[in-house]
Amino acid sequence: MSEQIALSRRGFLKVLAGAAGALVVGVPFAAMADAPIPPGFLGDTLYGMGTYVRIDTDGNVVIGARDPDTGTGVATSLPRIIADELDADWSRVSVVSLGLGVTNNNGAPSWTYGHQLGGTGSSIPAAWNDLRQAGALARWLLLQAGAQTLGVSADRLRCEKGMVIAPDGRRVGYGALATAAAQISPPKNPPAPKTPDRYTLIGQPAGDVDARRIVAGQTPYTLDHHFGDAVVAVLAHCPWRDGQLKSIDTTATLAVKGVQKVVQLKPDPKRPPGQTPIAPAVAVVADSTWAALQGRRQLKIEWQPGPSGSESSAALEQQAAALLDSKASADKTPPTTRVRDDGDVDKAGKHAARRLEATYHQPWLAHATAETMCCMARIDKDHAHLIVPTQAPQRAWAVVQSLTGLTPDQIEINVPRVGGGYGRRLDHDYVAEAVIVAKSVNKPVRLLWTRDEDMSHDWYRPASTHRISAVIDHHRHVIAWDQKLASASALVGRGVPDDRLWTSELEAGQIPAGLVPNYRSDWYNLASALPRGPHRGMPQLTNAFAVESFIDELAHLLRENPLDTKLRLLGEARQVPLQGGGTLDIGRLRNVLSLVADRIDWKQNWLRSVNGLGIACWHIGGAYVAHAVEVSLKGNTLGIERAVCAVDVGRVINPKGLEGQIAGATLDALGTALNLAITFKNGQPQQHDWKDYPLASMAQLPDDVEVITVPGDNRPPTGASFLAMPSAAPALANAVFRVSAVRVRRLPLMKELLRLL
Amino acid sequence: MLQAHVPPHADPGNVTPEPARAGIDVQINGEHFHHTGDPDMPLLWYLRDVLKLDGTRYGGEHGEGGADLVLVNGKARSAITLPMHKLTGHPITTVEGLAQADGSLHPLQQAFVDEDAIGCGYCTSGWLIASMDLLHRHRDPSDSDIDTLPNLCRCGCQTRVRRAIKRAAAAMKGAKA
Ligand code: FES
Repeated sequence: MSEQIALSRRGFLKVLAGAAGALVVGVPFAAMADAPIPPGFLGDTLYGMGTYVRIDTDGNVVIGARDPDTGTGVATSLPRIIADELDADWSRVSVVSLGLGVTNNNGAPSWTYGHQLGGTGSSIPAAWNDLRQAGALARWLLLQAGAQTLGVSADRLRCEKGMVIAPDGRRVGYGALATAAAQISPPKNPPAPKTPDRYTLIGQPAGDVDARRIVAGQTPYTLDHHFGDAVVAVLAHCPWRDGQLKSIDTTATLAVKGVQKVVQLKPDPKRPPGQTPIAPAVAVVADSTWAALQGRRQLKIEWQPGPSGSESSAALEQQAAALLDSKASADKTPPTTRVRDDGDVDKAGKHAARRLEATYHQPWLAHATAETMCCMARIDKDHAHLIVPTQAPQRAWAVVQSLTGLTPDQIEINVPRVGGGYGRRLDHDYVAEAVIVAKSVNKPVRLLWTRDEDMSHDWYRPASTHRISAVIDHHRHVIAWDQKLASASALVGRGVPDDRLWTSELEAGQIPAGLVPNYRSDWYNLASALPRGPHRGMPQLTNAFAVESFIDELAHLLRENPLDTKLRLLGEARQVPLQGGGTLDIGRLRNVLSLVADRIDWKQNWLRSVNGLGIACWHIGGAYVAHAVEVSLKGNTLGIERAVCAVDVGRVINPKGLEGQIAGATLDALGTALNLAITFKNGQPQQHDWKDYPLASMAQLPDDVEVITVPGDNRPPTGASFLAMPSAAPALANAVFRVSAVRVRRLPLMKELLRLL
Repeated sequence: MLQAHVPPHADPGNVTPEPARAGIDVQINGEHFHHTGDPDMPLLWYLRDVLKLDGTRYGGEHGEGGADLVLVNGKARSAITLPMHKLTGHPITTVEGLAQADGSLHPLQQAFVDEDAIGCGYCTSGWLIASMDLLHRHRDPSDSDIDTLPNLCRCGCQTRVRRAIKRAAAAMKGAKA
């Protein structure tokens, strides 16, 4: 039904004749450039599409979205990058989520679509490099076909909104050209992508491609799929990851109508976290969710704690403080690491006119995704089919492969729309559970974590204790900055060498490294067996809060306007080299700061307003962000009156999507700073649902987030999914200080503010 | 778990009256259903597992977050807290029932699309249901009225939802005028 008709030996793109004469363009990656086309590559089902672009003979265009969309908008922005290169008519484009693209390369996986990773800020930069080519090639082929049909040479034709147009105005639609275009050999060299002046979709606002279906309740998330006869599994996990089952009585559970089986699960100690069940667990398998939940309620289980059972967040915080207090300068034995040491911090202290030291504590956090962990799994002898809410389908594949022993192409993974990721879905313990249960009951399984399981069994963002001290000379210049951080690295047990464990906690190039002549940062390892893992905005969130709060404290000490202190510290516009590559563009950072300051009328209002104004900035991976926040305080009620955020992400693909990301991340960061903390007692999280881990209510949050976007058209685009998080909380705390004279050095903010007021 | 689906337009003249059956009659999105399973089963699982009306979503055991809101007699209620046996005689509308009969979106749904009031979208059904209830009570809701919405959103779509509600209120006023 389909045939590979032309393949560039250079193998940068594949052109294929699809079913019914459609033109199909896909990108094979290095390993499979010369591999045979796998069966089903051009399947007619949407999930099986296997390509990036399909132009049907009726002129409709289907574009595949390869990266999971966890709410980051990549299902919209990535296809628009392709569609723009293609000069497609966006109203005739439909987007489908590509499942995992994997083929069998002598038993090893070969990734058909290259980059498949969501929510880490890498989707847009990766797409900018390769996906544009898919659109450019399809357009080139259509132009050649148009030349044949219209009898005009291709270089005199132009494309517009799904049409090839001749100089005399004659035009022919892509649909009519698709079959002929599929017969044309691709050029030896990739056709050049468009010049920016010819972009029609890039830079123009577009709503979420799934919006219409989402508001109608029609977009399926993982458990909105139904594998015919699938059973439902709900879990009861051991409160301790390193604990074990002491006793279990399943009599009452098995007596519940509809309950079929109780399955015991154990983490495999040889496997890294995220690839095996998160803790020992018992799965109740039933023919309906309701029966499974009732069965779970009837379980009589006793769990026995492991070593983590003696830990508490309060004790860990005391240990952190003790580490920072100990006079011994950072013992350089990894994992404790001296991350950076510029100049001579100790010697600079001799020229001190003034000194400032402050300690900041930030709590453990849960991911608290709206959609709890879940997975659908059908495991047959020679085939596995999974529907997985994941940010990293290739990693999910590895988990399934290791548990089933199937070959790469026998594993099919679909990624539907995902109800939030924030780093939680880079781990796949819940996928391992679904596979184990499905194998055990020999039936397809819909696995659901209840909210309490989800909240109390997470790979948490570890708490952090920062201590910063600065030396100021007689000219009010900061001449030395000593930054210490004690935390339990999120990377422990994840295959990262000891001397790199600091990388999830601290950045070598974070403000004000490179801006102060004598700068030192030390990371102190806090040993803990509590579960930890990747989290959105890690490590920027905690560091930005400490550093940007501290700069505000410096301003207060120097009796300066905090914006002036900040700008003075940043210095003139220039490029500052970052350790590990890239540069920090001070001009762009200053610019986003000025933009928020102007918008909130900082000069007038900082001094005069009865409300409090706060400001902060940060940079992530070549993108720049600043927040200005205005708060009121009436009695014990804190109101966020205004929140302004300016970002510079380079070229903007979809301004509407970007605004949503920036506003959303700002609200998430503000709400988290206001309310949220996970605490451990006896190794167990004390929070179990949204009553004790209260995401911010509508009333707590600002009515609007004013987003300002710097036009960055001559720069490549960068990812933005968590860019707006780091500077929001310090801007808030700085505003709170201004209105209340209370310096909040400990989050969550509301609890601390009420304690100190 | 069985259910009988009574076509809404059955001609009563041609139907022989059936003997009284055990079970629960419920009306969802204008259609009639007969539930013969556990009367204590929460509506959420009836919608999702039995009817496969999946737009109403699980958020937590007590309905926190509001992803599982439905309209019962026009009021927003958490579907996981409503046992089936309490629902006879109380018409229910889920997110799938908000659109007009011809499939065109309700002005509120359209406003969510226009304002792009969607992050991951998992919580969106719940916001729509709660906002619908709000607009029933307040034709022109103030910011403090909107502040009373019980929903939670980890993606931070609240400011866009606020705009969407105001846009919908304006559109609905225009339509009625
Ligand atoms: S849109 Fe993701 S939780 Fe609301």
